[in-house]
Amino acid sequence: MSAFLEVKNLSVAFPTEDGIVQAVDSLSFSVEKGKTLGIVGESGSGKSVTSLAILGLQKGSKARVSGEIWVDGNEIISASEAEVRKLRGKAMSMIFQDALAALHPYYTVGHQIAEAYLVHNDVSKKVAATRAIEMLDRVGIPEPHKRVNDYPHQFSGGMRQRAMIAMALSCNPSLLIADEPTTALDVTVQAQILELLRDLQKEFGTAIILITHDLGVVAETADDVLLMYAGKQIEYGTVRDVLQVPQHPYAWGLLTSIPRLTGDPNLALTAIQGAPPSLISVPSGCAFHPRCTYVDNVGTACTNIIPELIPVSEGKHHSVRCHMSAKVRQDIFANKVEPQL
Amino acid sequence: MLKYTLRRVVSGTLVLGIVSAIVFAIFYILPSDPARLACGKSCTPELVARIQVALELDQSLPVQYGRFIKGIFVGRTYLENTDAARECGAPCLGYSYQTDLPVTELLVDRLPATLSIAVGASILWLLIGLSSGILSALRRGTWIDRTSQGFALAAASLQIYFVGLILQFIFVDKLAWLPMPGYTSPFDYPLDWAKQMVLPWVTLAFLLSAIYSRLTRSGMIETMGEDFVRTARAKGLSSRDINLKHVLRAAMTPIVTVFGLDLGSLLGGAVITEYVFNIPGLGKLSTEAVTNLDLPVVTGTVLFAAFFIITANIVVDLLYSALDPKVRLT
Repeated sequence: MSAFLEVKNLSVAFPTEDGIVQAVDSLSFSVEKGKTLGIVGESGSGKSVTSLAILGLQKGSKARVSGEIWVDGNEIISASEAEVRKLRGKAMSMIFQDALAALHPYYTVGHQIAEAYLVHNDVSKKVAATRAIEMLDRVGIPEPHKRVNDYPHQFSGGMRQRAMIAMALSCNPSLLIADEPTTALDVTVQAQILELLRDLQKEFGTAIILITHDLGVVAETADDVLLMYAGKQIEYGTVRDVLQVPQHPYAWGLLTSIPRLTGDPNLALTAIQGAPPSLISVPSGCAFHPRCTYVDNVGTACTNIIPELIPVSEGKHHSVRCHMSAKVRQDIFANKVEPQL
Repeated sequence: MLKYTLRRVVSGTLVLGIVSAIVFAIFYILPSDPARLACGKSCTPELVARIQVALELDQSLPVQYGRFIKGIFVGRTYLENTDAARECGAPCLGYSYQTDLPVTELLVDRLPATLSIAVGASILWLLIGLSSGILSALRRGTWIDRTSQGFALAAASLQIYFVGLILQFIFVDKLAWLPMPGYTSPFDYPLDWAKQMVLPWVTLAFLLSAIYSRLTRSGMIETMGEDFVRTARAKGLSSRDINLKHVLRAAMTPIVTVFGLDLGSLLGGAVITEYVFNIPGLGKLSTEAVTNLDLPVVTGTVLFAAFFIITANIVVDLLYSALDPKVRLT
């Protein structure tokens, strides 16, 4: 059986005056119903571009999208705008990062939720308005019958994010893409929002793609995790595998840079040196090589050849893009990385 | 809301008072002597002095101004205690001795023509400006966009006295499709009224729609890049709904502002248009009054224009709160 969402070899490029920006490069992954995939990466690693491509929102723009995206048996990239429009909001929907900017300032929250419901359901405006109240109630907005008539600016940050979720879930989508849904929120609200997503997933069996740069969030909520760097997936596997036996030097860097309560308080945090590359001039070979501490273990391959995505071990759903041999990686992880975790 | 409106009306009235005081003061310093003007050809210094007394010009400026303001509320009689007494009922904005009519009557008489021009032209320029602006924004970068914006640029650079005269030459003199522009009451002869108004409408709309077209285009293009428009697309809305309900709705606010102010200033008199097409409106009245140094009429038209502009400002601010829920009127 094929998964609800299947992405094969997705590439997205934007022609600009300074050259072609390869925002996403040959990405492949899949998400089953009821499961959560965490996509992790730095700013500009192609996370959001990937999610917009799944919704087909780059249609009509200058972006060059190639590959295949299958949502419930429908191919998105080759489909027409009208065909994709029928799926948007219904089969798949999205929670955007900055809820204040993502909600229309001139319409009430209730109106915007009802609008999403009305597009895909042949019901009266009154029924849709009732649905909006019901959704607000479900995402935990107190006094929903009153707050439904509020404008976005009258909501707090956490409530706005809840309203976004209510809007995205109003048509019971089978796939929900949450693009850094908790970035702008404080930690307690963050936990509430994630809890809410988990509950709704349990209830409706929704497939969720959680885009974040917070590994803690991924560890808590995701089943699978996809690590992105400069538009490419560099490590992909179950949360358990990737977080417990990470294979890519970038993953090691990310994990060792997290402050730990159990660690030595006098020890400085290990940061990944350098900065993410410009997508116009991605480094040759492995895009991570200028920042990689272990380049010397391989030689010239890192700077010349783009590493293939290879399974960590035979038949395992855990793959990595790195020129180091499995043996070398294992040694480095055991001796240098694991002690820091 | 009511409190806000009330306060705006009060402050607006105050501004009108200040405007009237300034206008009054300017005329007081002006080197023309109304008494000398009224005196005629066989004038003697003694006669001028008598006229000055009769016109109350011998009084101090504050006293004259006070009587003027009082006249607005209760009316007054000019040339009192002479055999040529002139009654001026409230709201009395002065008396024009040159035409032997109260200024208010002159203004009311000329208002319908100006109103006809302003309302007709504004409907036309909104229709043309908005639709071409929307079209340009939706077909950005295509020949439709370039043509319409090139046209808008050209139109905005032209002048009423140029376009107006050329149109008049073509459609009235050469083709004879339209009568000479002028004013007839729309209640008596609606068809004649419309035919005579077509050229002023088209001329004014031609120039102003250019601004509205560019304003609509840039507003929509800017809004299209907003996150909430992406959200609307992600909901699965049709592009028609997205463009009209989400994009245009957000781009409307500045357009409404500019429109209110344009309409307000136009109601005070479409000076050049009325002059070019020889239409007896408020603008024509004010230019005539200035040329003839009919100072009471000049004062009246200036105050009338200021009244419309201030009213338009208040209406725009009230509309603003209706358009943008984030704006709270306090």
